[in-house]
Amino acid sequence: MFESVLITIATAATPLLIAAIGELVVERSGVLNLGVEGMMVMGAVTGFGVAITTGSPWLGVFAAILVGAAFALLFGFLTLTLVTNQVATGLALTLLGLGVSGMIGEAFIGLPGVKMSPWVIPVLSDIPLVGRFLFAQAPLFYISILLVIGVSYFLFSTRAGLTLRSVGDNHDSAHALGIRVIAVRYAAVMFGGACAGLAGAYLSLVYTPQWIENMTAGRGWIALALVVFASWRPWRVLAGAYLFGAVSIGQLHAQVIGVSVPSQLLSALPYVATIVVLVLISRNRRLTMVNTPACLGRPFVPAR
Amino acid sequence: MKKLVMALAASTAALAFTAAPAAAQDKTKACWIYVGPIGDFGYSYQHHQGLLDVEEHFGDKVETAYLESVPEGADAERAIERFARSGCDIIFATSFGFMDPVQKVAAKFPDIKFEHATGFKRDHPNVATYNSRFHEGRYVQGVIAAQISEKGEAGYIASFPIPEVVMGINAFMLGAQSVNPDFKVKIVWANTWFDAGKEADAAKALLDQGVDVITQHTDSTAPLQVAGERGIKGFGQASDMIKFAPDTQLTSIVDDWGPYYIERVQAVMDGSWEQQDVWGGMKDGHVVMAPYTNMPDDVKAAAEAVEAKIRDEGFNPFTGPVYKQDGTLWLEEGEVAPDGDVLSINFYVKGVDDQLPN
Repeated sequence: MFESVLITIATAATPLLIAAIGELVVERSGVLNLGVEGMMVMGAVTGFGVAITTGSPWLGVFAAILVGAAFALLFGFLTLTLVTNQVATGLALTLLGLGVSGMIGEAFIGLPGVKMSPWVIPVLSDIPLVGRFLFAQAPLFYISILLVIGVSYFLFSTRAGLTLRSVGDNHDSAHALGIRVIAVRYAAVMFGGACAGLAGAYLSLVYTPQWIENMTAGRGWIALALVVFASWRPWRVLAGAYLFGAVSIGQLHAQVIGVSVPSQLLSALPYVATIVVLVLISRNRRLTMVNTPACLGRPFVPAR
Repeated sequence: MKKLVMALAASTAALAFTAAPAAAQDKTKACWIYVGPIGDFGYSYQHHQGLLDVEEHFGDKVETAYLESVPEGADAERAIERFARSGCDIIFATSFGFMDPVQKVAAKFPDIKFEHATGFKRDHPNVATYNSRFHEGRYVQGVIAAQISEKGEAGYIASFPIPEVVMGINAFMLGAQSVNPDFKVKIVWANTWFDAGKEADAAKALLDQGVDVITQHTDSTAPLQVAGERGIKGFGQASDMIKFAPDTQLTSIVDDWGPYYIERVQAVMDGSWEQQDVWGGMKDGHVVMAPYTNMPDDVKAAAEAVEAKIRDEGFNPFTGPVYKQDGTLWLEEGEVAPDGDVLSINFYVKGVDDQLPN
C-alpha cells in the first residue's frame, strides 16, 4: 500500500511539475505567462486526439508539445513583438485555450482514450517499497525528473543559462551587452509552452486517459503558484509539486481512514500548505528579492 | 458618420422586431441553460441529449437554443433574461443554483414558461420544477455491490454534502443492507462535481484502503478507469460509461430527460402547460439503468428483480424499518418516507462509516 500511495502522489505531482518547470524558465527570462492553463488544456486535447487517431500515445505527446509551443509563440508574438500587456495576454491565452480545446474536443467526448504504458525496468522495479515507484512508471515521469535536472544544470551551469537569467534580471544591460533579449525570451516562452503542452498530454494520456472539457481543472494555476512557491529554483519546484501531491492524496486517505476533520478543510489543505510555505519563504525579503527575476513581467522595448 | 451608424442601428432593431413575432408564430422556441459544458459526458451532457431528443421528436416545429457553462448566480439571471427577450417560449434552467434567478426573471415575463431542475421554489404561476429519483438507481447499485464485494465494503466517491448526494448514499446503503445487513461503505468527499484527476485519486485512495467495489456521485469516468486497472468493479454515473470500462462497469444510472422535455414542449404547443412539481423516477422513464454487465447471472437476476419492484410495483427505497446512523429509529416497519423529508435529508442511515460534513 505504501508504494501504491507513493505512485499516486507521483501521478498527481508530475503534470504540475512539468508545467511549473517550463514556466520557471519563462519567468527566469523575465516574462510572466499566465496562459499555462490554456496551453496545458490545448496539449491535453491535442495529445488525446492525435493518440486516438493514430493509436500512438507518443505521437500524441509530440503533437501536444508542438501545439503548446505554438500557443506560446502566439503569446510571444503579442507580448514580445507587439508589446501587449503580459498579464492580460496571458489571461486571454487561458480563455482562448479553454474555448478552442472545447471546440476541437467535441468530437472526442465519450471516447475511451489510449493509455501510455509504463516503462518497467526489470530487477530494479522489484526492490521492495520503492522499486515500482522509481522504476515502473509512465515514461513522462522519468522525463519530468530529467527536465528538472536539465533545467537546473542549464540555468546555473551553462553560459546560455546565464544569458537567460541576465535577460530576466536586467534586460537593458543584457541588451547593451549585445544579447538579443527578444530572441532569448521567445525561446524561453516556447520552451514553457512545450512543457505546458506536455503536462496536458500527461493528463489525457496517463493520469486519466480520456478527454473532458476543461480537464486541467485549474492545474495550470497551481503550476504558476508553484514557481513562486519554489522561489524560481528548479529543485524546489520538484519538492513543491510532490508536497502538493502528497497533501492532496494524503487528505483523501485521511477521509477514508475516517479522521474526524471536516472534508472541506482537508480538501483545502494543499492550498493552505502552499500559502503557509509562501509566507515562510517571503519572511526574508532580501532573500526573496535575490531569487526573483528583476525584470519579471516588464516589457522590453529597445531604445532606438 | 454618426448618423449612418444610428440609422443602421435603428434599421437592425426594426428588423429584429419584425422578425421575432414571425418566428414565434409558427415555431415553438425551447431554450436550455446548463451549468457545465455539454462535453462533461455527465450531467449537462445528459440534459443536452434531452434537447436533441426534443429536436428529433418535433423536427421543424421547434427551434432550440442553449447556453452552456453558465455560472450559478448573477450571470445566470442575465443569461435567462437574455433568453426570455430573444423569444423563447419555454426555458429550462437545469441546475439547482439557478433557482432564484429563475424566479426573478419569471416575474418579469409572465407569458414565458420556466422550468427549473432540482429546485423547490415556484413563486410565480409560470414556474415549474422537475427532478429525478436517481436514488432509486442507487438502491439497485447497493443490491449489486453487496453481492459483488467479498469484503462487504464499498468505496463511495461523493461530491458535495447536499441532500441529493446524501439521499444517494443512504439509498445505496439500504440496498446493500437488504442483502448483507453488515455491509459497510467508506466515503471520500472530492468536493468537486467534475475533476477527473481528483476523482481518480479518490478512487485510488479507496482501493488502497482495501474496498473491493466502488461507486461515485461525481461526473467523470476516471474512477471507473482506475477500478478497471486494478481489476475491481464499479458503477457509472449519469450516462452509460461502458465504453470506458468494458470489463468494469456493473451498471450505470442514466439520466434520461428526453421524455420529460418532449412532454413539456408539447404542453406549450398545445397551450396546456401548467405549473407543476415533478419528481419522476424509474416508472416515468426518467431514471434508466444501463445494461447489467460483468456480474454473475444470479446477481443480475437479483438486480433486475429489484429494478422491477421499484419501477412496476412502486417500491420506495426509503421504506421502514430504517435506522439513522446513531441508531435511532427513522422509519417504522412499512412506513414510507415523505418526499419532502427525503428532499431535505441531512443525516446518514445506520452503517455509513463517515461523519457527514456540514
